[in-house]
Amino acid sequence: MGSATLAGIDATQHTPQANAPELNSDEILRYARHLLLPDVGLDGQRRLKGSRVLLIGAGGLGSPTSLYLAAAGVGTIGLVDFDVVDASNLQRQIVHGTSTLGHRKVDSARDRLRDLNPHVHVETYDAPFRATNAEEIARDYDVIVDGTDNFGTRYLTNDVSVLLGKPNVYGSIFRFEGQASVFATADGPCYRCLFPVPPPPGMVPSCAEGGVLGVLPGLIGTIQATETIKLLLGLGTSLAGRLLLVNTLDMQFRTVKVQKDPACPACGTRTITHLEEYEEYCGIPGTEPHVTIEAPLHPDEITPVELAEKLKRHDDFDLIDVREPQELAIASIPGARLIPLGSFQAAIPSLNPEREIVVMCRSGARSGQAVAALERAGFKRARNLVGGILRWSDDVDPTVVKY
Amino acid sequence: MPITVNLPTILSKLADGARVVEADASAAPTVGAVVDHLVDRYPGLGPRLRDDGGQPYPFVTFYLNDDDIRFNGGFAAAVQDGDEVTIVPAIAGG
Repeated sequence: MGSATLAGIDATQHTPQANAPELNSDEILRYARHLLLPDVGLDGQRRLKGSRVLLIGAGGLGSPTSLYLAAAGVGTIGLVDFDVVDASNLQRQIVHGTSTLGHRKVDSARDRLRDLNPHVHVETYDAPFRATNAEEIARDYDVIVDGTDNFGTRYLTNDVSVLLGKPNVYGSIFRFEGQASVFATADGPCYRCLFPVPPPPGMVPSCAEGGVLGVLPGLIGTIQATETIKLLLGLGTSLAGRLLLVNTLDMQFRTVKVQKDPACPACGTRTITHLEEYEEYCGIPGTEPHVTIEAPLHPDEITPVELAEKLKRHDDFDLIDVREPQELAIASIPGARLIPLGSFQAAIPSLNPEREIVVMCRSGARSGQAVAALERAGFKRARNLVGGILRWSDDVDPTVVKY
Repeated sequence: MPITVNLPTILSKLADGARVVEADASAAPTVGAVVDHLVDRYPGLGPRLRDDGGQPYPFVTFYLNDDDIRFNGGFAAAVQDGDEVTIVPAIAGG
């Protein structure tokens, strides 16, 4: 069993069997159902105990993945996340709870995992995963699990996996659909072979904008946990070289091939020899504008307080809301015309470049893109509502719900 | 020459909510012709499926049956009656 190879990976290269730790009597009882499995058994369970898995992100995907890996007895679990537990997380991030609202996510998850399985050692990194720290954090792990929520960190996670020669267990979700694969195995393709270049900011909405079915990360995250355990134990056939597409609306599971691209700069030509910052790819949630009152305003920005004064004075201007219709039902500012960002470019000809225009959204990120589009189209009097509805609720009208 | 196209939900709203669309490629039996047919029917899909030069984006992968067309001639990849085209956009949620 120990020599089983899957898609060119020899699991023994990641977890030296020779050093696999012994199980004590508590652990033997706890893992009884694994020990009875012919393909796991005592050897496999000891190998899991000697394994080290790094989870990038302790959110929707990281929740089920970390819970199942801890329950399964993976000896060391690393958690990277710089966020705090927010009420809007709990619809899907099941490693956290109401009692840990406001706590650091890595602390909240560590406490839950320790309660689930005190035999597991949890290492936490309460920091953004960046080019400057990625190699140092990832170096001592056997498998890396990509549970991030933005393109920048996904490309970084891929590149560090390729550079360090560690499998990258990938999962990604959007609304009702998910993707899973295993990248960066010895002979397998990587994320850049599948998607060579990330989309420009704004082309693909984030979860915060697009919404996500709460149970979907449960489906995809448990697939990531399954693939991780298979890699650690050298069991079965991994998703390396295949992309699993999950559509929950039709409940269809489909796999397509992921070919290794000889021209891939990461795993093909290996022209990527060191990590770089990827933030410019996309607004990274958490670093997105939490603009404070003190932040200096650009001429094309307006604060919620200023906007409230303009509305009160009945100034002559157009207020445009670039959120989605379903967001309007949650919270709104009276008098705004809805043009979702996805159809904004097409709607620009219907707007008057001579008039003053204020554009708004939830946080100010999407409306910033819309104002930039207006400026490119020659509009001189377009302004972005900084902080969006969130800051409107803080500074002007607390009855407007934050979401 | 009916070809089945599987659209991700993010794009289906631009195709009147359809997640599976039949496309005709009689004019030219290529994936590109299937995309042309699709865009004729649902113009809103155009800028989401191809760039200004009419080529596929590097962040939207087209599969002809199980294979990435990038390695099989791109939009020039030949299609046959009964083939399936699956469109897979990069998504980043977690």
